[in-house]
Amino acid sequence: MRRLLSTLFCSLLLPAFAQAGPVRIGSKQFTESVILGELARASARDAGIDALHQRELGGTSILWRALQQGEIDAYPEYTGTLTQELLRNVPADANIATLRARLRPMGIGITDSLGFDNTYAIGMRAVQAAQLGITRISDLRRHPALRFGFSNEFMDRGDGWPGLRQRYELPQAKVSGLDHTLSYRAVTSGAVDAIDLYSTDAEIPYYHLRTLADDRHYFPRYEAVYLYRLALEQSAPAFITVLQKLTGRINESAMRAMNARVKLQGVKENVVAADFLGIRAAGRDSRLWSRLLQRSAEHVKLVAISLGLAMLLAIPLGVLAARLRRLGQLVIGLAGILQTVPSLAMFVFMIPLLGIGTWPAIAALFLYSLLPIVRNTHAGLVGIAPELRESAAALGLPAGTRLRRIELPLAMRSILAGIKTAAVINVGTATLAALIGAGGYGQPILTGIRLDDVGLILEGAVPAAVLALLVQGMFEGIERWLTPRGLRLEARQ
Amino acid sequence: MSVPRDAETTAGIAFAVEQASKCYGKVVALDRLDLDFAAGSTTALIGSSGSGKSTVLRLLLGLEWPDRGSVLIDGRPLEPAHVLTLRRRVGYVIQEGGLFPHLTALGNLALLPRHLGWNADCIRQRAEELAALMHLPQGVLDRYPAELSGGQRQRLALMRGLMANPDALLLDEPLGALDPIVRHELQDELKQIFNQLGKTVIVVTHDLAEAAWFADRLVLIRRGAIVQDGSFEDLRDRPADDFVSRFVEAQRRLPEAR
Repeated sequence: MRRLLSTLFCSLLLPAFAQAGPVRIGSKQFTESVILGELARASARDAGIDALHQRELGGTSILWRALQQGEIDAYPEYTGTLTQELLRNVPADANIATLRARLRPMGIGITDSLGFDNTYAIGMRAVQAAQLGITRISDLRRHPALRFGFSNEFMDRGDGWPGLRQRYELPQAKVSGLDHTLSYRAVTSGAVDAIDLYSTDAEIPYYHLRTLADDRHYFPRYEAVYLYRLALEQSAPAFITVLQKLTGRINESAMRAMNARVKLQGVKENVVAADFLGIRAAGRDSRLWSRLLQRSAEHVKLVAISLGLAMLLAIPLGVLAARLRRLGQLVIGLAGILQTVPSLAMFVFMIPLLGIGTWPAIAALFLYSLLPIVRNTHAGLVGIAPELRESAAALGLPAGTRLRRIELPLAMRSILAGIKTAAVINVGTATLAALIGAGGYGQPILTGIRLDDVGLILEGAVPAAVLALLVQGMFEGIERWLTPRGLRLEARQ
Repeated sequence: MSVPRDAETTAGIAFAVEQASKCYGKVVALDRLDLDFAAGSTTALIGSSGSGKSTVLRLLLGLEWPDRGSVLIDGRPLEPAHVLTLRRRVGYVIQEGGLFPHLTALGNLALLPRHLGWNADCIRQRAEELAALMHLPQGVLDRYPAELSGGQRQRLALMRGLMANPDALLLDEPLGALDPIVRHELQDELKQIFNQLGKTVIVVTHDLAEAAWFADRLVLIRRGAIVQDGSFEDLRDRPADDFVSRFVEAQRRLPEAR
């Protein structure tokens, strides 16, 4: 059913994409993944392959599922995530060849390591480490007075602090739990001496930290790789070659430097990726107006299609609800329950059903639009004065004619008000659609939150607010235009 | 399609209710009522508000169904499948008119004829003809109900009832909301129309004088049952019980006071 629907939608709306579309690369919601996505796209473009990057689609499970369902063709992943989370019955130290053999039957390919391992690591101030002569984790045993500050997650995980202490027989007793974002400040200010971190964190060079070698190989390896659909071997073999060419080229410090340029200096990911490859950045995202235009188009598309479809269903449902009282209560109750689903959850629920991208977002917005329209259609019809209802019935017109000529026009104001409410709510809720890769004004907001960049957040929030006001104004115009003159005269009296 | 014009030849509809009972919750509206209206006759149903007289009209049109008993149209029991056809043969006018505010006067008049397939010219011609009969100025047809006076609205409601040249007119307090002068005018006009057209007419009113003016046969209803059925003189000179005398007394004071 899902396939049928998406095929239908594609053949209707995206005929150009459905045939020989660009290669679609996905990325997760953190800076490093986005940079790796940009690297793949820029390399592909450089090799003359049409490629498109759907940034920040979501967490691991969303990307994994999207790849399996063929909604994206490739995305950057880590071997540790495959062994720990995605694949079952795989040894934690499985190498890439083993993983490749396991993934092949699933129709998924894996590149060799890109050249760095983004795993847990233990870090100290470089100056202090040099003074104490510490380069490896096992060196810590000689300094039992050192204070550790670990993230809460690291403290609790079996493969975190408890295992680490055991493997290295660490004697330290002063270990406190910290929020990860605070731990860099804690170690820089000297409040603690060592913290847990990810080995490619941008902050490592920024705060002059040193990561200690895992000489007893305690932490699982999180080698960066690209996963791709094996179907590309037929449809786009050149793209696989491009991905393979990136392997072994990025070491930990290079990745750290790229992360730092994006996170700490505010350089765009596509620029950082292009600089790394030694090519010119594609100019697609460069100008504010063209960005705004593209996002507006995406956002308006989400709102317009979902609202249109909701009207097609909700108005007849409202009519039915007004006719049959039992059914009416049921319908309005169900629509009300849909409305109470938190919007974030609604979007996430769509993923297993419809995947990622525009159509699942439209489905979620569609469900949200139902209640205001059903309720107002019902209220508008039920609210018609009994003497008018009786006069209409006594004329001897069949029910359909009565509905079209008398009841719907009389309920028009209420129905339009319901559609307006749904539209305005939709404009706001659609900003969450970026979470499942549907773009729109939510995209800069998400990126802005990730990079802690208020300017970028406003780039999404301000147009969204303006659009909500425009929609409101537009509907007031439509209301004036569609409300029968006789009703306006009556209201004035 | 043309308007059926030979109004004089319509035979009217014979209505009857037999042993009809109707309750709204605990309120008894009709209690085993037997009543018949001959084709072409004019009858007034009178009584205080809440006596059940309006319910009779609703039963005759299939707008409501009796809990027990039956409704007969031309001698045959009324069935749900026939109500639309029946309603098109009957003009039904209620107090305040029940005009649709979103349509112009002409739009209101055109609802049924348009559905019956009349063309626009035909509809306007018929509307203008009725406007002349009701002494309504031409311009009124293009206005909205909110732009009309109470008397004009009530006339329009009557015109809407007459538009498709019905075989019967059921009027529920058709003049109830009007001031005395307009009311007086309309009473004259209506009586002429009733006399000319030879339709079955049933008027529900609580005004005895109006009832007597319109109809030779008056039916006084109280608590869903008939108290007396006869001419105005019967009610005045030979009241069936104390309630009838009091009803007549109470209303006869009005003309003397005027």
